[in-house]
Amino acid sequence: MKTTTINFIGNRHIALIFSGLLSLASIISLATQGLHMGIDFTGGTLIEVGYQQPADLNALRLKLDTEGFEDATVQNFGTAKDVLIRLKLQDGVSSADLSTKVLDTINKDVAQPASLRRVEFVGPQVGDDLAEDGFLALLYSSLAILVYIAWRFEWKFSLGAIIATFHDVIVTLGLFSILGLEFDLTVLAAVLALIGYSLNDTIVVYDRIRENFRALRDISTEEIMNISVNVTLSRTIMTSLTVLLVLVSLFFLGGQTIHNFSLVLLFGVFFGTYSSIFIASPAALMLGISPADLMIPVKDNSDIAHLP
Amino acid sequence: MQNHYSLWKNISIILVFLISIIYSLPNLYGDDPSVQVSHIVNKLTQAQASDIESTIKNTGTPLKTFQFKDGRVLARLTNTDDQMKIADLLRDKMGNNYTVALNLAPTTPSWLQAIGAQAMYLGLDLRGGVHFLLEVDIDAAVKQAEERYNDDLRLALREAKIHYQNVSKDNGFIKVILKDTNDKAELLALLGKDFRGLTVTEPEAAEQVWLKISEADSREIKKSAVAQNMTTLRNRVNELGVAEPVIQQQGVNRIMVQLPGVQDTSRAKEILGTTATLEYRLVDTEHDVQQAVSGHPPIGSRLYYEKNGNPILLDKRIIITGDQIVDSASSSDDDGRPSVSISLNGIGASKMGKLTQVSIGKPMAVVFIEYKNETRIVNGEKVRHKEKVEKVISVATIQGVFSKRFQTTGLDSPQEARNLSLLLRAGALAAPVDIVEERTVGPSLGQDNIDKGMMSFLVGFALVVFFMAAYYKVFGLIANAALAFNVVIVVAILSMLQATLTLPGIAGIILTVGMSVDANVLIFERIKEEINNGNTPQSSIFSGYDKAFATILDSHFTNLVVAVVLFAFGTGSVKGFAVTLIIGILSSMFTAITGTRMIINWIYGNKLVEKLSI
Repeated sequence: MKTTTINFIGNRHIALIFSGLLSLASIISLATQGLHMGIDFTGGTLIEVGYQQPADLNALRLKLDTEGFEDATVQNFGTAKDVLIRLKLQDGVSSADLSTKVLDTINKDVAQPASLRRVEFVGPQVGDDLAEDGFLALLYSSLAILVYIAWRFEWKFSLGAIIATFHDVIVTLGLFSILGLEFDLTVLAAVLALIGYSLNDTIVVYDRIRENFRALRDISTEEIMNISVNVTLSRTIMTSLTVLLVLVSLFFLGGQTIHNFSLVLLFGVFFGTYSSIFIASPAALMLGISPADLMIPVKDNSDIAHLP
Repeated sequence: MQNHYSLWKNISIILVFLISIIYSLPNLYGDDPSVQVSHIVNKLTQAQASDIESTIKNTGTPLKTFQFKDGRVLARLTNTDDQMKIADLLRDKMGNNYTVALNLAPTTPSWLQAIGAQAMYLGLDLRGGVHFLLEVDIDAAVKQAEERYNDDLRLALREAKIHYQNVSKDNGFIKVILKDTNDKAELLALLGKDFRGLTVTEPEAAEQVWLKISEADSREIKKSAVAQNMTTLRNRVNELGVAEPVIQQQGVNRIMVQLPGVQDTSRAKEILGTTATLEYRLVDTEHDVQQAVSGHPPIGSRLYYEKNGNPILLDKRIIITGDQIVDSASSSDDDGRPSVSISLNGIGASKMGKLTQVSIGKPMAVVFIEYKNETRIVNGEKVRHKEKVEKVISVATIQGVFSKRFQTTGLDSPQEARNLSLLLRAGALAAPVDIVEERTVGPSLGQDNIDKGMMSFLVGFALVVFFMAAYYKVFGLIANAALAFNVVIVVAILSMLQATLTLPGIAGIILTVGMSVDANVLIFERIKEEINNGNTPQSSIFSGYDKAFATILDSHFTNLVVAVVLFAFGTGSVKGFAVTLIIGILSSMFTAITGTRMIINWIYGNKLVEKLSI
């Protein structure tokens, strides 16, 4: 692959408008529709059962309805033989016994009873804790990165990286919100992994900009950024492709439980790659980064020269 | 000399590789379905072991190996049906005092076991089983302690002949009202000597002293309530017969219980969640029960009901609670009636001794207390509702003075005696627990998850390998070797740490496969750039590695920071994901930089190279 000479920075407005609109749509969806939170965060009960034959969902719904589980949602999970039953926290029913009762209910008077594949019960207090821990994880990882990049590079890069990363997170979450996909603990883990990945990508570009700031003189900041993004382009795309390859494999073969996890990363790697090419450098540029910020300080007495 | 690794460097890389291979080997061996038999307290004897062996052999079930070691028996069988059959058989044969547990015994060869090499520890989502998170009601423990202090204080005051008008609990305080203000100094001296856990407040009314459980004491009570509950749960899990249970404290007041392989969750819940405790109280024979039933219970007594529904009056003061019982066994008394013999700890024994001295011939009752927890939604708010169920399970007459060891008779059947002793032996819970999280994975789903994880790993790996070889040619093949090396190291480290492998953990390994070639991509692209700039192949390799190094360090480090945060805040399966990610990032830096460099040096180092296959 020959090194490209695409004018990414010069045409940054196109990308910025595109990303701005995308982020806006995501934020609107997140604000109005919100995320479809899984029971990890809301509390509740989830029961997965397996049948020998494709299950009759309507019969199951009716059965649960008549036994007093009106708010149970019943749907297929992965295949027609697998059924997922969700229950909210129930009024007046001891929550820990709920799964047993539901299983007894659906297996009453049936020739081929369902086999229990999975039960998840999360109490309200645990759900709140998990949500809080998740939020703290997002906060602390952002802070840690902010400090690390500010130390290794410079605060404008640091802020630029955070902007690019937040862009990826918001757009990915926005897509999840628009598509109404369930957001649970593993999805949250995927979002954090995506933060790591997106930063990794951005840092590689920044690293080259830093190097070129020091190596190339008499060239505009914009030009240096363009060169840096272009020379790292093949690497950025190659790495994204290898990661996308394993994620596609995980998405199609990893089973239903890991579906949303791989989906977040698929979205995230796509946007992470996009943002490290189109967003990260313009963001730093607009924050006013210049080669002077990264010059290796020359030891002289200039800092005291102005003193009387 | 350019592009040459010294001998020691080559040797150490190869050594790391060999060690990793050895320690990842156990994962290639499977498990034998097996049955494990042990005594609850003692060790099995050789005679018992031989007896068990012949019992199994008599059924004609094929037995792979039979092992008797450390007083425990491990019988390896050929399939899970046999395993169930033999376990049921042995349970019936051995009785209550033995634990018969199903187990999956690894078939790792002994030479690997000898160097401590073990297969990865599979999480519940891969092996099947139950995960419970129990919350200990530590405030109830403090309330119980308050009640105990209240009773102890009255007793102490009476013994010290300090006359009081009233000792009562009020709003977190124990309020002592003296008859004579002059006794106050004596009271304070007594408090300073025997009741250091209480903080003393002196209100304006001179005859009063208000007491409160001190912060330090309250912390201690809560801590020991959780610790004691852990012990109790451990004992109960042993009664369940689970092979490798995990019982861990989480946070201040939560206990995690993992029971691999357990399918019968309702039984497990019943045994673990029996938040029952016992109390011994004297029966009030002086007052009329009927009057109490009609709504006028005498002061100092409370109305209870026996199992058959009969009302009974019991003294309000508790003699001992269940957490003072250290051991119990079912037996029968001299007349052959079913009974439970009980041993108390020091404090319990001295209380019991003092009481029985003055109460021979009087009836004493055992009260069974159970807390039932419910989470209800009232007006959209989640409200936890707790119901206390109390019933008298046995009433027996005190036959003589006793303290540390005694028998409780008056039980209906030997079965009841066995159940009661089991519950007492396992220990009552010091404070009620509530199941706040449950995750059960059936065995079929566990195996499914392993198969699917394995499949997506193999396909993902193959795709990356193919892609890298096609794009970077010889260098791509070298990167692939490093990638394989990386996976072996990750598996070896996971096995050595005995970290829990979960389905998200497998996803983490798969993700690592995709991401760990990143370092090589960075290096190779840099080498290409150097060549395009007109440098010689040798110096391009050298400066490619050199210049990419700082980039790799910075980019991987930020990734690592996020993974560490994920580990710190993640729970359960998410932690498993973070662990594999952390190990994967670190080891990929080693393999992608040092490992590939070694091979490239072998191929291209120290010779005249015209062109690189990159």
